[in-house]
Amino acid sequence: MADLSTTVAKRASRTRWMLLAPALIILVLAASGPLLITLVYSFLTPGDYGGVVWKFSTDGWFNVFAQRDIFDDTLGWSDAHLSILWRSIKLSLMTTLACLFFGVPTAYFIATRPKQQRDMWMLLIMIPFWTNLLIRTFAILELIRNEGTINTLLLWLGIIDAPIQMLYTEGSILLGMLYVYLPLMVLPVYASMERLDFSLVEAGYDLYATRFQVLRRVIMPLVKPGVIAGSILVFVPSLGAYVTPRVMGGGNQLMLGNLIELQFGQGRNWPLGAALSITLLVIVMVALIFYVRTAGKEDAHHG
Amino acid sequence: MAKHGFDIKKQTGFGTIAIACFILLYTPIFLLIIYSFNSGTSIAAWEGFSWRWYVSAWENEQVQDATVRSLVIAFWASAIATSVAVMAALATTRTPKFKGQTAAFAMINQPLMVPEIVTAVALLILFSVIKVATGYTGLLYLIIAHAAFCIPFAYLPIRARLQGMDLSLEQAAADLYASPFLVFRRVTLPQLWPGILAGAMLAFVISLDDVVITEFVKSAGQDTLPTYMLGQLRRVITPEINAISTVLLGISVFMVVAFTLLSKIRN
Amino acid sequence: MKKTVTALALVLAGPAFAEGELNLYNWGNYTSPEMITKFEEETGIKVTITDYDSNDTALAKIKAGGHGFDIVVPSGTYVPIFIKEGLLMESKPNEMENFKNVDPQWVDVEFDPGRNYTVPWQWGTVGVTVNTKTYTGDINTAAVVFDPPEELKGKINVTPEMNDVMQMAIHYVGGEQCTADKEVLMKVRDVLTAAKPHWLSMDYGMIEKYAAGDVAAGTNWNGASMRARVQNADIAFGYPQEGFSVWMDNAAILADAKNVDEAKTFLNFMMDPENAAMLSTFARYANGIVGSEEFMAEDLKTAPEIVVPAELKGAAYIARTCPPEASKLYTAIWTELQK
Repeated sequence: MADLSTTVAKRASRTRWMLLAPALIILVLAASGPLLITLVYSFLTPGDYGGVVWKFSTDGWFNVFAQRDIFDDTLGWSDAHLSILWRSIKLSLMTTLACLFFGVPTAYFIATRPKQQRDMWMLLIMIPFWTNLLIRTFAILELIRNEGTINTLLLWLGIIDAPIQMLYTEGSILLGMLYVYLPLMVLPVYASMERLDFSLVEAGYDLYATRFQVLRRVIMPLVKPGVIAGSILVFVPSLGAYVTPRVMGGGNQLMLGNLIELQFGQGRNWPLGAALSITLLVIVMVALIFYVRTAGKEDAHHG
Repeated sequence: MAKHGFDIKKQTGFGTIAIACFILLYTPIFLLIIYSFNSGTSIAAWEGFSWRWYVSAWENEQVQDATVRSLVIAFWASAIATSVAVMAALATTRTPKFKGQTAAFAMINQPLMVPEIVTAVALLILFSVIKVATGYTGLLYLIIAHAAFCIPFAYLPIRARLQGMDLSLEQAAADLYASPFLVFRRVTLPQLWPGILAGAMLAFVISLDDVVITEFVKSAGQDTLPTYMLGQLRRVITPEINAISTVLLGISVFMVVAFTLLSKIRN
Repeated sequence: MKKTVTALALVLAGPAFAEGELNLYNWGNYTSPEMITKFEEETGIKVTITDYDSNDTALAKIKAGGHGFDIVVPSGTYVPIFIKEGLLMESKPNEMENFKNVDPQWVDVEFDPGRNYTVPWQWGTVGVTVNTKTYTGDINTAAVVFDPPEELKGKINVTPEMNDVMQMAIHYVGGEQCTADKEVLMKVRDVLTAAKPHWLSMDYGMIEKYAAGDVAAGTNWNGASMRARVQNADIAFGYPQEGFSVWMDNAAILADAKNVDEAKTFLNFMMDPENAAMLSTFARYANGIVGSEEFMAEDLKTAPEIVVPAELKGAAYIARTCPPEASKLYTAIWTELQK
C-alpha cells in the first residue's frame, strides 16, 4: 500500500516537472543566465569606457549604500541612492493602489456583463495597448501640458484664468504609470472574478449584509488570487520603470530604473549598475517569498 | 435575483469607476488618431487635415518592416509564453506542496524582478557569444528573449484562474475513465479559457511595447516599432507613427467586431 | 497570407550576407532616405538601416560582437574609444577619391588625426534655445539656464546629456573642458544645485514645447533649435560666450564588417558634395564637406543656428573624450543633482 502511494507520488512529481520543464528551460537561458552574468559583473572592476575588467572588486556593492564624498573624502551613506530607492518604492505603491482603485471595479463591471459580451469588453481594455507605448505616453502628455487640450478647454470655458501645471508633477507620473499598468491589474482580477459564484453573494444579502460588507467579506476573498497576481504584475515592474517616469516626470528626478540605466550608459559603471539591480531583485524576492509562504499556508487552511 | 427588489450584482460606484476607466483609456487614443491626420509635422500642434502621414508611412519601407516585425515577434513570443505558462500553472497550482515549489515560483517570476536594462545588457553578452559561434543572427534570439519576459505575464492570470477552480468536474471525468489529456481538453481548458485569454493578451502587448531588451538583442536590420521610435526620441517624432498606430487600431477594432459578430451567429 | 508566410520565413532566416549589401547602424531619423535611394540606384547595393539611440548603446553592442553591422556613426567623443578598443577598421578614407572635398578644418581632428578611420557625417553645436518674446536680454550666455532671469524661471528644459551639461557648466564657472579640478567642480555643483529648482524638466524632444511656449529656454542642439524656430519665429539659438561645444558624428567601417567594399563605396559616396547636402537637408545640420552649400536651400545655408557669429567663434571648443577619472566625478555630481 505504501509502495503504491509512493509510486503515484513519484509519477505525479515526474509529470509536474515535465510540465514545468519548457518554461524553466526558456527562463534558464534568457533570464537566469543573464542574472548570473549580472551577479558576476557586480564583483568586477568597471572598465574605463563601459564594460568590465576581470579584476575582483567589491566597490560596486560598497557604492550601493555608501559613498566617499568627492570633495572632502568623508565616508557616508549614499543618500542620493537611498532617496531614489525610496522614491521608486513610494511611486510603485501609489501606482498599485491607483490600479486597484480603477482596476477592480472595472474587472467587476466586465465580469457582471452577459457572458457573450465579456470577451469583447476585455478586448476593449486591451485595444489601446495595440498602439505604441511612447506615442501613447506622448498623447497623455499632450492632454495635460500647459498649452494642452485640457488647459485650453478649461480656459476657453472660463473655468480657470491661468493654465494649471499638471505636467512634470508626481501626479502626472502617477497618471502615466496608471495608464501603462492598468491592464496588468484588470485582466488577472477579471480572470479570477469571472467564475464568481453569485449564489454566495445572494446568501450574503439573505443574511442582511450591506453591499460593502458583501464586497469585503464575500467577493474580495473569492477574487483574492487575482488581486494578488495583479498587484505583483503592477508593483514589481513599476519599481524598475523608466520610460514613463522620464517622459511624464520630465526627468528631473531619477527613478531606480533611470539610475541603473545611467550606470550602464553615460555613467560607465557597470558593476555598480549590476549591484543596484541585484539589490532591487533581493528586495522583491523577499517580498514575493513572504507572499508565497503566507498564501501557501492559507491555501492549506482552506483545504 | 429580484428577490430583494434589487440587482445583487450591483456595487455602488463600480459602474461609474469602470466608465471613468474606459474614458481614461480612450481619450489619449482619440487624440492620437486626430493627430495622425495633422498636416503639420507635429504630434501636438494641429495645423489642418491631411493624409500626408498615411502616404509617408505607406512609402516608408523601414517603418513598415518594423511594424510587421513587431507583430511577428509578439505573436510568436506570446504563443510560446502562454503555452509554457499553462503547463507551468498546471504543475504549480492545486497540487500538494512540493519540494522546490517556492523556487519554481520565484524562477517563473524572475523576469519581472530584474530591471530591463540589466537583462538587456546580460542578454547582449550571452547572445553575442552564440551569434559569433553559430553565425545565425535571425529573429529567434528576439523571440526567445521576449518569450522569457512574457512568461510571468501569462502565468500569473492563468494561475489566478486555476486557484480554487472546481476540481470535482475533473475528478468526475477521470472517474469516467477519461484520459488525463481528454480531461484537460474537455474539462480544464474550457474553464481555464478566460485566464488563458487574459494571459495571452497581456503577453502580446508586453512584447509589442518592449524597447530596451529589443534594442540590445537585435541584429542588423531587426528594428521593431518601439526601437525605431526610440531612435527618433532625441530628434523629431512625426505623426507617421500616429498613422501606423491608427491603422493597427483599425485592424484590431475590425477583429473585435468580427469576433463579436461570429460569436453572436454561433449562439 | 502566402506573402505573410514568405515574409515570416525571411525574417526568421535572418539577413543574408549576399554580394551588394550594406548594413548601416546609425542614430534614428538621421539618414536621408533620398540619399540612400540615390546610393542604391547608382551602385546597386542594397542598404539596410538599423537605429540606435545613444553612443553607449552602440558601443556596448559593437563591442559584444555578432551584430552584423558594417558601418557605424559615433560622435567624435566616442571615436577614440572605438579605435582604442579595436572596433574600427583602418579603412583610409584619406586615400579615397572624394576625400579632397573634406573641409580642411575637419581633416586633422583630434579624435582621428588625418582621418584614417572616419568620414564626417554631420556636425553641430550645443547652445541654448530661448524664446525671445519671454526674455529680451542677451541670449549668448549659459546664464539663461544656470542663473536664470526671473521671467525664465520654471520654464527651462535641460537636455539629459550628462557630458554636454557638465562641460557647459564647467565653462560657465571658468573651467577647462574635461577638468577634474575639485575646486572648479565644487563651483559647478553649487551652480547646478542652485539652478535646478528653476528647471521645469530634463528631457529630449522639446521642439513642440518650445514652439507652443510650455518651455521658454534651455540647453539644446542647434538643429533641434532650428526646427522649433521654423514653427515659432520667436525662438532663437544662443552660443554661450563662456564656451560652447562643437560636436561631429562620423561614419566609420567596423573591424568585423562583412561588406567592406560596399562600405568603402559608401564612405566615398558620402564625401560627394551633392550627397552630403542631401544629408544636411534632411537632418538640419552642417556636414563638413566643401561645396555642399551649392546644393542646399537658401534658408539652411544662412540659418543663424548653423552660421556661428564671427565674434563668438573664439568661444567654440571641439568636444573631447574625457578621462575616466573626470567622468567618475561628473557622474557623482549628476546623480546628486537628480536625487
